[in-house]
Amino acid sequence: MSARQGLLHPGFLVLVLVMALLPLGLANNFWYDLAIKVGLNAMIAVGLNLLIGYAGQISLGHAAFFAIGAYASAILTSHYGIPGLLALLLGALIAGLLAWAVARPILRLSGHYLAMATLGLGIIISIVINREIALTGGPDGMAVPTLYILGWAVRGAPSWYWIVATCLALTTLFSLNLMNSAFGRGLRALSNSEIAAASVGLDTAAMKVKIFVVSAIIAALAGSLFAHAELYVTPDESGFLRSVELVTMVVVGGQASTFGAVIGAGLLTILTPLLAGAQDWRDALFGAILVATMIFLPRGLVPSLRRLVR
Amino acid sequence: MIAAFLQTLASGVTNGAIYALIGLGFSMIYNTSEVINFAQGEFVMLAGMSAVALTSGGHVPLILAVPAAILLTTLVGLLVERLAIEPARHSSLTTLIIITIGVSITLRGLVEVGLGKDFHRLAPFSGDTPLDFAGARIEPQTLWILGGLVLVMAGLAWFFNRTRLGKAMLATSQNRLAAELMGIDVKVMLRLSFAFSALLGALAGVLTAPITLTRYEVGIMLGLKGFCAAVIGGLGTAAGALAGGLILGLSEAMAAGYVSSAYKDAVAFILILAVLLFSPKGLFGRRRADRV
Repeated sequence: MSARQGLLHPGFLVLVLVMALLPLGLANNFWYDLAIKVGLNAMIAVGLNLLIGYAGQISLGHAAFFAIGAYASAILTSHYGIPGLLALLLGALIAGLLAWAVARPILRLSGHYLAMATLGLGIIISIVINREIALTGGPDGMAVPTLYILGWAVRGAPSWYWIVATCLALTTLFSLNLMNSAFGRGLRALSNSEIAAASVGLDTAAMKVKIFVVSAIIAALAGSLFAHAELYVTPDESGFLRSVELVTMVVVGGQASTFGAVIGAGLLTILTPLLAGAQDWRDALFGAILVATMIFLPRGLVPSLRRLVR
Repeated sequence: MIAAFLQTLASGVTNGAIYALIGLGFSMIYNTSEVINFAQGEFVMLAGMSAVALTSGGHVPLILAVPAAILLTTLVGLLVERLAIEPARHSSLTTLIIITIGVSITLRGLVEVGLGKDFHRLAPFSGDTPLDFAGARIEPQTLWILGGLVLVMAGLAWFFNRTRLGKAMLATSQNRLAAELMGIDVKVMLRLSFAFSALLGALAGVLTAPITLTRYEVGIMLGLKGFCAAVIGGLGTAAGALAGGLILGLSEAMAAGYVSSAYKDAVAFILILAVLLFSPKGLFGRRRADRV
């Protein structure tokens, strides 16, 4: 399938249509804000799905890459006066380099070592953000300046909605096309049987490293957009529980399914305002939903439904 | 100077003993199922919190509340295996690990709803008059913790080397299929490993609650550090968990005392990264070959 066919993927057309029509139903800034959060989480989940769904590895520290993007944008623009778009690219570069440096030695080993390493890395970054108060504002967080794109100040939820929707569409397209490239076919072979893939000459470790770096960069880009859209960042965005939430989005929506990741991100993001009446029960319900999904729909919502339809 | 060093040493060994107890729980479940049980820290929290609820809320004497809290947590461990792990036993390892994360969030959420968000302190087992040891002040509870760890290590050695049940569990961890063919009920072994891990976690929970405060959220960090201890020493071995725990406890105490107390909590995760980069099987881990 060529890039053009990715554009014509029925799921992609539905996604674009939904995103184009959604603003008709968004009554005020609260709903716009929620839609922006869904879009950013969906971006991260699509990237993370490449790693979890196709490469069969878990990252328990992806929130850290998101936070690196967010704080790179916040710190570089406010303390050093670097233009927003350049800061965004630098944040993505830092996250990508860090992911590469950690994954390269670890992914040569088989097993769940990446989960352990990302867990460690994520918590270290979260601690640094909490402690380096002069730079990051510590636990209180810090304000982020408005983003300027070619002299245009991006303000207001509707503008951000369209930017995030465009970025989500691009990420989805990227994921669909990647999976239909030679690299993607190799990854799917890897997810079926790593040993078989290696024995036909695929460098499985290098492939896993590449996909991990790609997913980290997508998370960092989403982080930068988040920082400028919300105009504020806090260390809560970098914590272990946030990383777990991101993994949950992928596995609830459906591993190895790009649209599953989008739907999983949507469901889990709107869960918080939906449970607003029962705020105390949020964690207990969140955990129970996660366990129940994994037991009854181990492949996640979208693949399980697809199988039901067939 | 010497007194301050001894003080740091004592606090390192105490925390190390706790991490070792929690790490032993991780190793036990990993051995029978290869699952990393991220709910292990919640067992620690649950035992501490239920002991507090029984003593201060229910006015149960400490001597009854502590065993009751351990028993309750062990039953919860069994229940977790029966309700969440067993129904998914044919799933991938990734799925099982995510289930344990879900279980941990659920347990934490339920305690938050049931017992509130406040910090609590359990009464120390034998008063809180510090003992003087060459100028260092040592809490009597420290001796309970170290005694608990010694008893657990001796108990585990006896159980795995001398009893039929222990040998059956060991056989299951070495080769599940072969154990099953020898007539060992692997399902029962899996349940037992969860019950035992919960028991070890509970023990750590009630022993530490008098020194460090307990709250619905303490299980996250304690669990993660116990996990680091197990990985540092070599996941799946009792000696590894013990060594890893003590190394972690001492490094943390030294880092807090002599380097930076702000980054004390990062020590465990820096160590785990270093171990994964340089010696992924841990210090005492067995070399394993994967069957193709």
